[in-house]
Amino acid sequence: MTQIRRIAGGHIDRSKTLNFTFDGKAYLGHPGDTLASALLANGVQLMGRSFKYHRPRGPIASGSEEPNALVELRTGARQEPNTRATVAELFEGLEAKSQNRWPSLSFDAMSINDRLSSFLTAGFYYKTFMWPASFWEKLYEPLIRHAAGLGSLSKQHDPDTYDKGFLHCDLLVIGAGPSGLAAALTAGRAGARVILADEDFAFGGRLNAETFSIGDDSGAGWAVKTVAELAALPNVRLMSRTTILGAFDHGIYSAVERVSDHLAVPVDGKPRQILWRIYSKRAILAAGAIERPIAFENNDRPGIMLAGALRAYANRWGVAVGDRVAVFTNNDDGVRSALDLQAKGVDVAALIDSRADAAPVNGLRHIRGGEVVNSSGRLGLTSITVRMANGGTDIIPVSALGVSGGWNPNLNIASHQRGRPVWNDAIAAFVPGPDGPAGLSVAGAASGAFSTHAALQTGAMEAVKALGAIGIAAKPIEIPKAEDAPLSITPLWYVHSGKGRAWIDQQNDVTVKDVKLAHQENFRSVEHLKRYTTLGMATDQGKTSNILGLAIMAELTGKPIPETGTTIYRPPYTPVAMGALGGRSRGEHFKPTRLTPSHKWATEQGAIFVEVGMWLRTQWIPKPSETTWRQSVDREVSATRKSVGICDVTTLGKIDIQGTDAGLFLDRVYANTFSTLGVGKVRYGLMLREDGIVMDDGTTARLGEHEYVTTTTTANAVPVFRHLEYCRQVLWPDLDVQLISTTEAWAQYSVAGPNARKLLEKLVDQDISNEAFPYMACGEITVCGGLRARLFRISFSGELAYEIAVPTRYGDAMIRALVEAGREFDAVVYGTEALGVMRVEKGHVAGNELNGQSTALNMGLGKMVSKKKDSIGMVLSQREGLNQETGLRLVGVKPVDPSKLLTAGSHFIAHGKSPVAAHDDGWLTSVVFSPDLGHSIALGYLKNGSTRLGERIRTVNLLAKTEVEVEIVSPHFIDPEGERLRA
Amino acid sequence: MRYSGWSVIREALTGHKGWTPAWRDPEPQAAYDIIVVGGGGHGLATAYYLAKEFGQAKIAVLEKGYIGGGNVGRNTTIIRSNYLLDGNQPFYEFSLKLWEGLEQDFNYNAMVSQRGIINLFHTDAQRDAYTRRGNSMILHGADAEMLDRDQVRAMYPFLNFDNARFPIKGALMQRRGGTVRHDAVAWGYARGADQRGVDIIQNCEVKGIRIEHGRVMGVDTTRGFIGAKKIGVAVAGSSSKVMAHAGMRLPMESHVLQAFVSEGLKPVIDGVMTYGAGHFYVSQSDKGGLVFGGDIDGYNSYAQRGNMPVVEDVAEGGMSLMPMIGRARLLRMWGGIMDMSMDGSPIIDKTDIDGLYFNGGWCYGGFKATPASGWCFAHLLATDQSHKTATAYRFDRFRKGLMIDEKGQGAQPNLH
Amino acid sequence: MIINHPLLGPRDAQEFVYLGDANLINRPDGLKDGAVDAFHDYLYLRDNPAGEHRELWYHEQGDRSWLVVTRNTVTHEIISVEIARDVARKMGRSK
Repeated sequence: MTQIRRIAGGHIDRSKTLNFTFDGKAYLGHPGDTLASALLANGVQLMGRSFKYHRPRGPIASGSEEPNALVELRTGARQEPNTRATVAELFEGLEAKSQNRWPSLSFDAMSINDRLSSFLTAGFYYKTFMWPASFWEKLYEPLIRHAAGLGSLSKQHDPDTYDKGFLHCDLLVIGAGPSGLAAALTAGRAGARVILADEDFAFGGRLNAETFSIGDDSGAGWAVKTVAELAALPNVRLMSRTTILGAFDHGIYSAVERVSDHLAVPVDGKPRQILWRIYSKRAILAAGAIERPIAFENNDRPGIMLAGALRAYANRWGVAVGDRVAVFTNNDDGVRSALDLQAKGVDVAALIDSRADAAPVNGLRHIRGGEVVNSSGRLGLTSITVRMANGGTDIIPVSALGVSGGWNPNLNIASHQRGRPVWNDAIAAFVPGPDGPAGLSVAGAASGAFSTHAALQTGAMEAVKALGAIGIAAKPIEIPKAEDAPLSITPLWYVHSGKGRAWIDQQNDVTVKDVKLAHQENFRSVEHLKRYTTLGMATDQGKTSNILGLAIMAELTGKPIPETGTTIYRPPYTPVAMGALGGRSRGEHFKPTRLTPSHKWATEQGAIFVEVGMWLRTQWIPKPSETTWRQSVDREVSATRKSVGICDVTTLGKIDIQGTDAGLFLDRVYANTFSTLGVGKVRYGLMLREDGIVMDDGTTARLGEHEYVTTTTTANAVPVFRHLEYCRQVLWPDLDVQLISTTEAWAQYSVAGPNARKLLEKLVDQDISNEAFPYMACGEITVCGGLRARLFRISFSGELAYEIAVPTRYGDAMIRALVEAGREFDAVVYGTEALGVMRVEKGHVAGNELNGQSTALNMGLGKMVSKKKDSIGMVLSQREGLNQETGLRLVGVKPVDPSKLLTAGSHFIAHGKSPVAAHDDGWLTSVVFSPDLGHSIALGYLKNGSTRLGERIRTVNLLAKTEVEVEIVSPHFIDPEGERLRA
Repeated sequence: MRYSGWSVIREALTGHKGWTPAWRDPEPQAAYDIIVVGGGGHGLATAYYLAKEFGQAKIAVLEKGYIGGGNVGRNTTIIRSNYLLDGNQPFYEFSLKLWEGLEQDFNYNAMVSQRGIINLFHTDAQRDAYTRRGNSMILHGADAEMLDRDQVRAMYPFLNFDNARFPIKGALMQRRGGTVRHDAVAWGYARGADQRGVDIIQNCEVKGIRIEHGRVMGVDTTRGFIGAKKIGVAVAGSSSKVMAHAGMRLPMESHVLQAFVSEGLKPVIDGVMTYGAGHFYVSQSDKGGLVFGGDIDGYNSYAQRGNMPVVEDVAEGGMSLMPMIGRARLLRMWGGIMDMSMDGSPIIDKTDIDGLYFNGGWCYGGFKATPASGWCFAHLLATDQSHKTATAYRFDRFRKGLMIDEKGQGAQPNLH
Repeated sequence: MIINHPLLGPRDAQEFVYLGDANLINRPDGLKDGAVDAFHDYLYLRDNPAGEHRELWYHEQGDRSWLVVTRNTVTHEIISVEIARDVARKMGRSK
């Protein structure tokens, strides 16, 4: 249980000990540890298996660029697959499991793939698995799918809460290493609104992993002091554990803050993570640099890692990754790892420096001009084979090897808007190009300025420049003394020797040989190379490996690296939980719920509700004795037609239209004419799209000389209003007309049936006799002794009917008043189902007929389109394709055998014709059961329908393998003469 | 060389030295009989079928970048033939049948996997619309089934059935729908075309179309002038740019569609699924990543990237439908250029210029159409007649009022 | 994206609804000869440029004004934002 690889020092709190488990085994660690550092401290190097070959894997990095050490963190519903052990903060009781292995991490049966590796090279699956044809789906693919993926989801609902927020700032500083801190301090002191974000739980970046000093402080100490000053500034917001995901248009950055991931469970009321949308005027990318390795045969054993990570584990976490280590480097920075480890008392067996002309390092075995050509150790490194400059070889026993191939400026975000990076020979790396996101500048190692001094200086200067561009004067902070060594590097991408496999992408198992094969088969552009070999497509997106692949391809094609180019950089910078992107809009809160004014009353009655867009509308209200919905709906319909029914129709769109040109305006937006409508009258209207297809229908009432109110269907309330505003502001800007949506301003109830007038007369203060208020009249009235209201005598149901509107805040009182007034007439409140039955019985079109593909002619309303005036859609409605003689026409449909039920969506097939497309004559749009008629009825679109009244035809539902013989009838099933309407 | 399990074994045992380039990199000739502009899935398929089915020779495919770098290089991989309208369904069913025999046809494993697609519905109106559609599919000879809520639940128990804002009521299912490995389609067609003598010319951008007396003479490119008797343009989102060289304005707008993939996960989702109450559709790739997408951003764009509102909208849909994915992580997001047409349906037609042919307007649905699009475009180029499944895909349908509008949204591209 | 509303200042584009090319302002006269051809070209054909594009946006979750935005469709940079009614009048729209 002792932490056998723990050494002195590091930024961990040894006064507290944390218990955690990995693959069921118990270990100890300290606050400040990551899961990776704690496991390494306990001597555990093996943490995972690679995707294809299931080779043993250990961490190669100490940050979010890690490709190997992926674990399933937590258990149960909070289980989190593919979690990088190198960034998971250790907490008490942490449980982690390795992935992608069976039955265990140390013995994985799937590692048989490794033995078959020469058959399983890049792209092998494109060349085989094709015979027999059926075997791909029956055998090969199921096997491949079963073995696919890395970690598992628990399949339980994510129990955590995620929030979303919005932040504004003058300057967003991305990364809190030396350059980011210098920039934030410069800007903070200047009084600018600053946000400083870093993905790590501690600010300081690489300062926490190095032994540099800044002025009189250690690097880490300077960082702590700087953060303290920033924290005290009210204009600065510090955001640790916050990853900037991407640079979007116009200075908008997306970020995820991991509020609770470092705790076992979120503290009461806190979200797990927050997705922030940050609006910045300027931004500075100070994201540092990421190291890359050198590929050599068997360079992928646990214990072989990036040299910078090796020293980070020693300096920041007090961990010696191996008891005996070596370093392989092609640049000066790798040398630093050897020296730092030696200074910490770790046995450094050798420093293998590929540069024959490197400055000699005293005090350890410095093999100049040497290369590591192989390694051994199945589950963890046991030795390396070194080839000397003189050609001789030496096998050196070590349990850890740090490899440094150089450093890549972390320019990901600067390239998110398709900016192409630019090659810099001096550091043998890409640096951000000139065409990055507007308002973003780059400082420190991310820009190629690698030394601590350069980081501090460029950070401060970029802050001054950025603020200057937005009119804020700033002075750069005084730069304390800090090391300023240049990066001296001689590029070496892979060791050119050995027959074995040298690894580039360790998660997807892509080797140097795979790159060569891609070249051989002419997959030579970097994008083809990537897709063919899958290099860079794993969870790390090739942060440590892409450059090796493209450099090797450049070598093979004979093109220089800049000409070979990089693949595209895209958000997110590191993978982000779907829960964070979804926020609180899930479950019942996926979309807002809109309630009608009668909702409370309806709930008291035990109503069944239905979603209509975002509204909840009463669908029917069951009586206790009723057991099926049909019983309730049939009763509501019958009661309405027999006496009187009340329905909440608030959700239909209402638009008040006023002005001296209002009538003229209506003539232009409706297919039919409204300027001739008298005051106090209502007219049915058809609105076309500009292409001549019916957009919506409704009624428009003229309440006054210059005052109208237009209704729309529920679904089109918003689009119609948008369209009318478009016509008013853009097409005819000088017409004197104003609009306002009043859908939510008025609670509106339909009162329908032979006793409708009698009911309303009990509430309405004015005379609404048939003479005073005839069919299609409207007017402003008062109810209940003076409350202002509107009354419209229109009918969707076909009965004597009105719609009465009161200001919404009286909606609840109104439904109760209507119900009370209706008691003596056995009034019923009916829902959308009964509403639907009655409108189909009357032959009114609604949503299913207004399908965006149908014309007025299709609906039997062709005569409503006036050709005497120019209106939206009038011209294009006359196109020949929309006016075919044998085109679809709206018809009524009833089953020949009244006991049969019809199905909406069934298609018409004539007698004697086979059910194939050539004989498809149309379909049933709306189907209801008519209690009045005692059988199923429907509306439908039938080819040449107007000539086929009386015809018997089949309606087929091939999905259910049923068919019903029907008769084509008029769509007006009830009261076709309209006598009830005019009563 | 022919690919097979035997060739894989043979090469594995002999150091893989025998694998030949999948396609040549020839210098462009002075002239061709037919030039296909656009080295994406459709252009490559066109060239392949021109050579294989229609006996054409002297064909070139000109690609401005690297082949297969557009939609076919990154899409949500879905194939299906569940369209509603008579103008569309026969074409997509023809395409699905071609998918079913494709790998054996072009000797490349495109991993055609017909694991089924379900379209969930949440209202009676949606159910009715899917009933109409399902019947349409069967009338046109495709397969369709309706599933009720319990059947959906048995198939996908992890969906949200308990506290959904818009409860699942059922689904329309097409068992023959599924996914295909998109890169393999481009590479398979390219290799097949190349083997039959088609010159695939990469890094060759068309900068002008030379027209004399109302007839094409050839194209000016970044690699010089190349003569042609016939030119077929298949460049998707770049259609307006390329056809402007011929003085044409098109009935389309270019829009950005984003697509997404998660980190690799052990299998959770077997088939393809679309959500009926939000913009979200998903499948799981053979490597384990969840591949998903939603709506277009909604504004004209050639930027090949989108913005956060859609990312969040898609994630909200996903989380509402399957709350288990909260712990999965979005790994990468892309944006492409969609050629959104005025009715949401494509155009495969001649133009008023002799020898100039056009294929485009695929909106975000072009991938499943790849084989049929290639076949029908080849048919048109070779015979000057529309293939019988593509007779409605004409420019003049807008003038005549014969739109093929599946969604019923009219002449506003961003609503399709 | 951020749209700098001439009256309200910078707003997130999420508050808006997009229609399309601002040429839609030039609606033909429905009663003139050749109206079908004119309407076809007006409604169906687009320049669809890769570059500067003048387009109509509606501030649905704000003041309900229509705006004409000049935006580069390749970089998404917004060059100008105008009140659509003003632009329409300049283009000759009236009653």
